[in-house]
Amino acid sequence: MDSAAISPVRLESVRYQIGEALILDDVTLDAAAGQTLALLGRSGSGKTSLLRLINRLQSPSAGEVWVEDRRTLDWDPIRLRRRIGYVIQEVGLFPHWSVERNVGVVPRLEGRPEEAVRRRVRELLELVGLEPDAVAARRPRELSGGQRQRVGVARALAADPPILLLDEPFGALDPITRRDLQQELLRLQGALRKTIVLVTHDVREALLLADRIALLEQGRVVWRGTPAEFEAAPEERVRRFRESAA
Amino acid sequence: MNPQPLGEFLALHAPELLRRTGEHLWLTLLAIGIAAAIGIPLGVAVTRRPRLERWALGFANVVQTIPSLALFGFLIPIPLIGGIGARSAVIALTLYALLPILRNAYEGVRGVDPSVRESALAMGMTDWQLLRLVELPLAAPLILAGLRVATVTCVGVTTIAALIGAGGLGTFIFTGLQTVNARLILLGAVPSALLALAADFGLGWAERRIAR
Ligand SMILES: Nc1ncnc2c1ncn2[C@@H]1O[C@H](COP(=O)(O)OP(=O)(O)OP(=O)(O)O)[C@@H](O)[C@H]1O
Ligand SMILES: [Mg+2]
Repeated sequence: MDSAAISPVRLESVRYQIGEALILDDVTLDAAAGQTLALLGRSGSGKTSLLRLINRLQSPSAGEVWVEDRRTLDWDPIRLRRRIGYVIQEVGLFPHWSVERNVGVVPRLEGRPEEAVRRRVRELLELVGLEPDAVAARRPRELSGGQRQRVGVARALAADPPILLLDEPFGALDPITRRDLQQELLRLQGALRKTIVLVTHDVREALLLADRIALLEQGRVVWRGTPAEFEAAPEERVRRFRESAA
Repeated sequence: MNPQPLGEFLALHAPELLRRTGEHLWLTLLAIGIAAAIGIPLGVAVTRRPRLERWALGFANVVQTIPSLALFGFLIPIPLIGGIGARSAVIALTLYALLPILRNAYEGVRGVDPSVRESALAMGMTDWQLLRLVELPLAAPLILAGLRVATVTCVGVTTIAALIGAGGLGTFIFTGLQTVNARLILLGAVPSALLALAADFGLGWAERRIAR
């Protein structure tokens, strides 16, 4: 292994249990620097749980999760989480804050100068395709679902974290808006080169955005490969997933 | 029955009315202040330690079910905290005001949308930041509603404080009852009701402002 290259996210034989329930079982995975790893899987297969292990909202029951070559258990959880932008499945914007404050929250927590934060927020809103003057002062409830998801992405990017966790960032959107946002993410990723772990159950989204795809089934990684390999894979479970997109 | 003209009656009692109103306000505010200082942090603490939940809410619930008259009575024989006078009255009123304040603080914080809490933690907020920046502001309307209910109730219950020698507007009411003087009863009851209405209005207004 190249000793100079830092592996941003790596899971080694991770098991995760809640009580008796086995949520993740012997998961070994890694996301390469600057690449997008898509986690594909049906509802309940453990995708969100996997993301929560990466930023230590949960700890593994066995095995190890490594972020930037350090075990998550050895990280100060606060520092770890501020290095990782996370758009949770429900977006979870702060309803009592303006879009401006929502997007600027992490840089402000980090104590960055107010002027710089303001500039950064405007920049990010433009980056995700929102008009800063139109939306900055609004509350989340005054936005459409798609706009909220864009704000969620902007918020995750605000402190310029090297790692992004995106949990169905375009879920619950109409197909056209969804395609638009996927294209924007693709464009963004071309410019920003983050390490992204993207959760989706939309095969086309995975094929479009990912450098690597991992297929989860009942808490296990049952297939891994590139999008091209995914399209050619003969395995039954992959075929079934592919057909779901057709 | 009341040969004395109303104006004369009011003028005669004006100084005492002022003093009793002052006592009444002081008892109420002190009790609400103490109940808030205990109830809000305790309500928040309970959201952090579910094991506390049964105890804290249970205790406050039980106190609330004791008839207020009896609560004052119970305190009289208790040494140190009890006895006759304002101290017992404030303690009884505080205990009484505790439940709505505690419960609303608890419900308010617990009622914060879990996804909002999740995203705050995911962003690397400390527990204190989560509480200060997210949970308390979102719980504020409910916390204020608890304060309002407690205050309005407390203004009324404070009239009973006169019974254990703590003064307040209840003094008129009890004297009026003993002397069968309806005017005296009203002299206590009407200002007390007005105070309750004013508290209801003022805190209700603050609540709406915060909820926006
Ligand atoms: N707190 C919990 N307690 C018990 N079981 C849980 C808990 N959280 C998740 N699970 C279970 O773990 C499994 C995986 O859940 P997870 O949220 O990771 O799935 P997912 O792949 O993200 O699904 P979806 O696509 O529906 O979001 C599910 O069976 C779920 O019921
Ligand atoms: Mg999920």
